[in-house]
Amino acid sequence: MSDLDTFRRETRAWLDANCPPEMRKPMTSDEDTFWGGRNAKFASEPQRVWFERMRDKGWTVPHWPKEYGGGGLDGEEAKIVRQEMAAIGARQPLTSFGISMLGPALLKYGTDAQKKEHLPKITAGLIRWCQGYSEPNAGSDLASLQTRAESDGNDYVINGQKIWTSYANFADWIFCLVRTDPSAKKHDGISFILFDMTSKGVSTKPILLISGKSPFCETFFDNVRVPKSHVVGTVNRGWDVAKYLLQHERAMISGMGERGVGRPLGQVAADSVGSDEQGRLDDAMLRGQIASFEVDEAALSAAAERMVDLNKAGQGHPAFSSAMKYYGTELNKRRYEILMSAGGIDALEWESPRSKEGARPRAWLRTKANSIEGGTSEVMLGIVAKRILDLPGA
Amino acid sequence: MPLLLTEEQSMLRDSARGLISDKAPVAHLRKLRDGRDAAGFSSELWATFAEMGFCGLLIPEQFGGSGLGCVEAGIVMEEIGRTLMPAPFLASSVLAASALSRAGSDAQKSEHLPKIAAGKLLAALAVDEGAKHRPAQIALQATRSGNGFKLSGAKALVVDGHAAGLLIVAARTAGSSGDRDGLTLFLVDPKARGLTVERTIMVDAHNAARITFDNVEVDADHVLGEVDGGGALLENVLNIGRGAVASEMVGLSEEVFGRTVTYLKDRKQFGKAIGEFQALQHRAAQLYIDIEITRAAVLKALQALDTDIEKAAAAVAVAKARAGTTATRAVQEGVQMHGGMGMTDQFDIGLFMKRARVCEELFGDANFHADQLARAKGY
Repeated sequence: MSDLDTFRRETRAWLDANCPPEMRKPMTSDEDTFWGGRNAKFASEPQRVWFERMRDKGWTVPHWPKEYGGGGLDGEEAKIVRQEMAAIGARQPLTSFGISMLGPALLKYGTDAQKKEHLPKITAGLIRWCQGYSEPNAGSDLASLQTRAESDGNDYVINGQKIWTSYANFADWIFCLVRTDPSAKKHDGISFILFDMTSKGVSTKPILLISGKSPFCETFFDNVRVPKSHVVGTVNRGWDVAKYLLQHERAMISGMGERGVGRPLGQVAADSVGSDEQGRLDDAMLRGQIASFEVDEAALSAAAERMVDLNKAGQGHPAFSSAMKYYGTELNKRRYEILMSAGGIDALEWESPRSKEGARPRAWLRTKANSIEGGTSEVMLGIVAKRILDLPGA
Repeated sequence: MPLLLTEEQSMLRDSARGLISDKAPVAHLRKLRDGRDAAGFSSELWATFAEMGFCGLLIPEQFGGSGLGCVEAGIVMEEIGRTLMPAPFLASSVLAASALSRAGSDAQKSEHLPKIAAGKLLAALAVDEGAKHRPAQIALQATRSGNGFKLSGAKALVVDGHAAGLLIVAARTAGSSGDRDGLTLFLVDPKARGLTVERTIMVDAHNAARITFDNVEVDADHVLGEVDGGGALLENVLNIGRGAVASEMVGLSEEVFGRTVTYLKDRKQFGKAIGEFQALQHRAAQLYIDIEITRAAVLKALQALDTDIEKAAAAVAVAKARAGTTATRAVQEGVQMHGGMGMTDQFDIGLFMKRARVCEELFGDANFHADQLARAKGY
């Protein structure tokens, strides 16, 4: 038996012994996972137990170095942990933009001091980060951002506004793109900077969305003082950090659908639509749509696995996460169109315990943002056309 | 297992690509087609395939093969797909060799496998009967007679059946059309009395046959596997074939796509390359993404076949369905983006469209496999 087989066997046994049954059920909303942070509360006792066991094992982020609280696993081992967690439907013990976005950027561009200060807090769930990228006039054209950071002694003084800042109202710190050189070309005068959301001059205002929820905020900066040592990477070269981080963000968003977890979609549909004598969904057209969807979902799952393997082998294309982001988000929208159609009138209820306060229609509406946030589908296709296919003028 | 080719597999790909692109570019297919070649493939090239060890790729070493797996067979199929090379590789080296290797008696294996590996014997698998692939509905009847069986009925789309020296025929020995049980595989000599082979020239200029059986006598020694128990064997062999055809479609899709992107960069209208137009850029990008995702799904299925074939059905259904949809899209976009030139026989793109249509139909189209997946998942 190879070392990896042994590792798989031990991982399976450990997960089975340590993951509470409640944490093996499919999530129905963002609150079903622990987000960490200074003011974090656990939604349930099993959530706390699961988080603490995984944290103590270093498996909130299995592939980060041990010195930062990670598990120190190599790519193949981390894949086994993911596979074995998926096999029992285990939820992520900790969800955080620190893990999926800032961490990879800090590991690549951060100083030793920055890594030592921030990464252990991320793995321990002690800090919650938000992302200050988009502005009212800088959406798809992100590099046209106007939030300014002016030099004043050892500090920058930041003024401006961000928008679509996910959970800014709950976040402890922000990683933020600011313009440090207004005279340079638009990509060349940007810096990537970190600061505390309790700093004087920071304020947030939640935005009510079509889902009736407010996961995004407007974020305002009014003469916020931030030490210059909080810049990550080189001053005025923040666009490099921003792009690198976006690759990770896009890979994360492409995986937001609950691929292969829980009951097959066709069985969920059968609950409301019914089945014929042969056990087939009693709506032939919908059955066909679901089957085609599941073909594409399984294929995407294989592609996600392959992308990780390619990157590990140094054969991946850096822009491929844009391809995955495009496909994964469009697929997730398809999933929820199917779920709405399958649910029929039951899926229209917005306020009732029966419908868990309209969980399904609210989730359906939320998915519409998937193909906008983190770069629209159209921007993703443009990136593929330009950077992978090398088409002219793209 | 990483979803990548190993170093050895990459070397196999390079050598298959070298040989096929050199000796069998698309012009090779045109020459056979336009010359109305009697065999429809080059026996000289087939001999080279044997020398390279490709013919016996899936055959165990003790019977003269190299004992490799479905991933390796898929690698060769992908290269075949790139140049549309007509060769009995799928029929003889993949389908027939798998059936014999998996279920043959020692005598059957010793007799046939070394010849298949050497490229001296072409064997073909006869499954389909109606217009669509429905293996459960096999009706060709085998009735007991003396020391053996008599076969009566008809088969269609027997790949390379016109050139085969040995047929593996799926027949019904029990139950009735629609039953999954009651099937038996037979090794049949195409020269047997009562057997008629009609070569069918198809849209893609590749090779297949319709075969009729009128009380064809088959000795009991020529049953492959168990009487009445051939259904599971047939399903495994078909799954290997489906994985192989899906690989061919990946190669075909990628080649069409590569040619189309080149055309987008070269062709100028309105004073610029048509590839500068966003309407085409986005469609090209979508197609690229489709092909990459399909490639992963197909490799996943091939690995699953090699790891545990009994658990590979779902992955194979996904791969064949995806590959069919992707190839169909690739050739349609290919012709459309080549404009009027894509409609000419002189341009190769149309040849890819024709082959993709046949591959989509082989061993179950995208609808068939999506339906299989739905049944397996209980809806």
